[in-house]
Amino acid sequence: MRVLYRVLAAYPSVSIVVFFAILPFVVPYKALATQVLVYGLFALGFNLLYGYTGLLSFGHAAYFGLGAYGAGIALAKIGWTSVWVALALGVSAAAVGGAIIGFFALRRRGIYFAMLTLAFAQLLYFVAFHMASVTGGDDGLRGIPTLTLGLLAWRIPLGNPTNFHFFALALVAVAIFALRRILDSPFGAVLAAIRENTDRAQACGYDVQRVKLVSFVFSAAFTGLAGALDALRITVVPVEALYWSTSGQAVIMTLLGGAGTFFGPFVGAGTFLVLQDRLAIVTEAWPLVIGLIFMAFVLFLPQGIWGTLLARIDGHHGDDSAAQA
Amino acid sequence: MPDITLSALAAQLFTGLVLGGILVFLATGLSLIFGLMGVVNFAHGSLYMLGAYFGFFLWGLTRSYWAALIIAPLMVGLFGVIVERTMIRRLYGRGPDDPLLLTFGLSLALVEAVKLVWGKVGLVLDPPAQLAGAVDLGFMKFPAFRLFVIAVTAVVLVGLWLFLEKTNVGLIVRAGARDPLMVRALGIDLGRVWLLVFGLGIAMAGLAGILAGPLRGVYAEMGVEIIIECFVVVVVGGMGSLPGAVVAGLLIGEVVSLTTYFAPKLTEIVVFLVMAVVLLVRPSGLFGEPGLAE
Repeated sequence: MRVLYRVLAAYPSVSIVVFFAILPFVVPYKALATQVLVYGLFALGFNLLYGYTGLLSFGHAAYFGLGAYGAGIALAKIGWTSVWVALALGVSAAAVGGAIIGFFALRRRGIYFAMLTLAFAQLLYFVAFHMASVTGGDDGLRGIPTLTLGLLAWRIPLGNPTNFHFFALALVAVAIFALRRILDSPFGAVLAAIRENTDRAQACGYDVQRVKLVSFVFSAAFTGLAGALDALRITVVPVEALYWSTSGQAVIMTLLGGAGTFFGPFVGAGTFLVLQDRLAIVTEAWPLVIGLIFMAFVLFLPQGIWGTLLARIDGHHGDDSAAQA
Repeated sequence: MPDITLSALAAQLFTGLVLGGILVFLATGLSLIFGLMGVVNFAHGSLYMLGAYFGFFLWGLTRSYWAALIIAPLMVGLFGVIVERTMIRRLYGRGPDDPLLLTFGLSLALVEAVKLVWGKVGLVLDPPAQLAGAVDLGFMKFPAFRLFVIAVTAVVLVGLWLFLEKTNVGLIVRAGARDPLMVRALGIDLGRVWLLVFGLGIAMAGLAGILAGPLRGVYAEMGVEIIIECFVVVVVGGMGSLPGAVVAGLLIGEVVSLTTYFAPKLTEIVVFLVMAVVLLVRPSGLFGEPGLAE
């Protein structure tokens, strides 16, 4: 266990990539592995804001949905059938949305922030719901083609689940290394300072408001990439991608895994999706069980699965990235 | 655009008052609980939903709307008290995020639990027979039940104000919101006051639910939808400010009602536009003080 932990601690980003390279071959069906990967990225985006900056957003569905619609509209409505253009459009839409919503939501602190992010996400949901000519409305955005990836001389059809998994893994790997760089940079240290004591960070002369907004936009961009990948994965964008329950999923996954830990979002996404997968066979009311489990975690295991494991192994609290720096 | 007649406009304004009244009910409870305990109760909407379902159940059981109107809020309030005692109490001192997260989980669980018991399809809750017709107010006719809702809202709010301003317990509640440490030092058991206020706020949510049932429909997601509107009210009014909750609640109710009349497509969106404007012009809310409750 300790040896394993040392390896994980020394090479956190590589560990995640290796794990997800093996995962599709050990789970009952490959689609589940890809889903864990994409939703793990979603939770990772949320975790940058909540776990590392200390801002609880209840509206990350907005950026997931913007990413999904951005990619989906490029492919299905405009007809730009390039994977890269679609992804770029999705990520940009999420980042711009994050900048605008962040500008408004960051005018208030604390609990207001959670309420505002929730409200703005719901606003986008209603807009998407009513703009059926662009978004497909209640029926969802359909007609996203399965694409072939042109990489130098190779033609890789993404319709094949294994191909898609490794394509998504490559992008998630880039995102993970980017997050690692952000957290290890001086900017990352300021994020931690804001999380621990916003007033003191301000007193130290940091432009707290701007740092928060930049963190918000980064978080939205990661989340948007997850949304765009999800649109490619299921070739449809349901309007529920923007619904509050999607925001709730990011919150639940991150807290189950461990907020403010590097692996937590992926552990949480895996736990959530496997639970959902198993429970859905038994009962339609699986969200009831997940809701109760989530409540138990908030009450008794606030550090989440991974955070608690970390604390057990070497007694430090929560943040594994600090140990790795 | 429809023909604008004075009586139609008046009817719309009255409807706004009804919608606003429901929001005021919820937002004052939310604000009261937050002001005293620092708990943002995400499940407030789902307890409102529970009030509507309990009301439906009790009405069927007792065959009396009035019995349901009184017992359902008490049941919801009791449920709230149990939740405070068994769960939320453990989180005091952990900061405002944890109670918010816990009640979010509770909200999720309640929505599904209600679907398990009463089914996925919404219920129809009619106004009681005595209040089914319309009342002629001279310049227009208005549904009697809606007038009843306005009256109940007014009575409960005046009652709440009298309780907070004129009773000794109300004095302790206000003092406890301002300086809990000092109140404790004076030998007052704040835990019991918190429990009382929590139960009261939740019972008000339950009452709002059974009142809103015939107006807005009874379905499992009704609570989460209205809690988002309540959050907007709280942002506009200023959290912890009861006058703010009342003014903002009525304002949002009127804006929604008038938008339904003049530009129905914008009904769901206009609430958020009001919020964005207030954030730009007065970030701390209409009645909020900058820096309070942050």
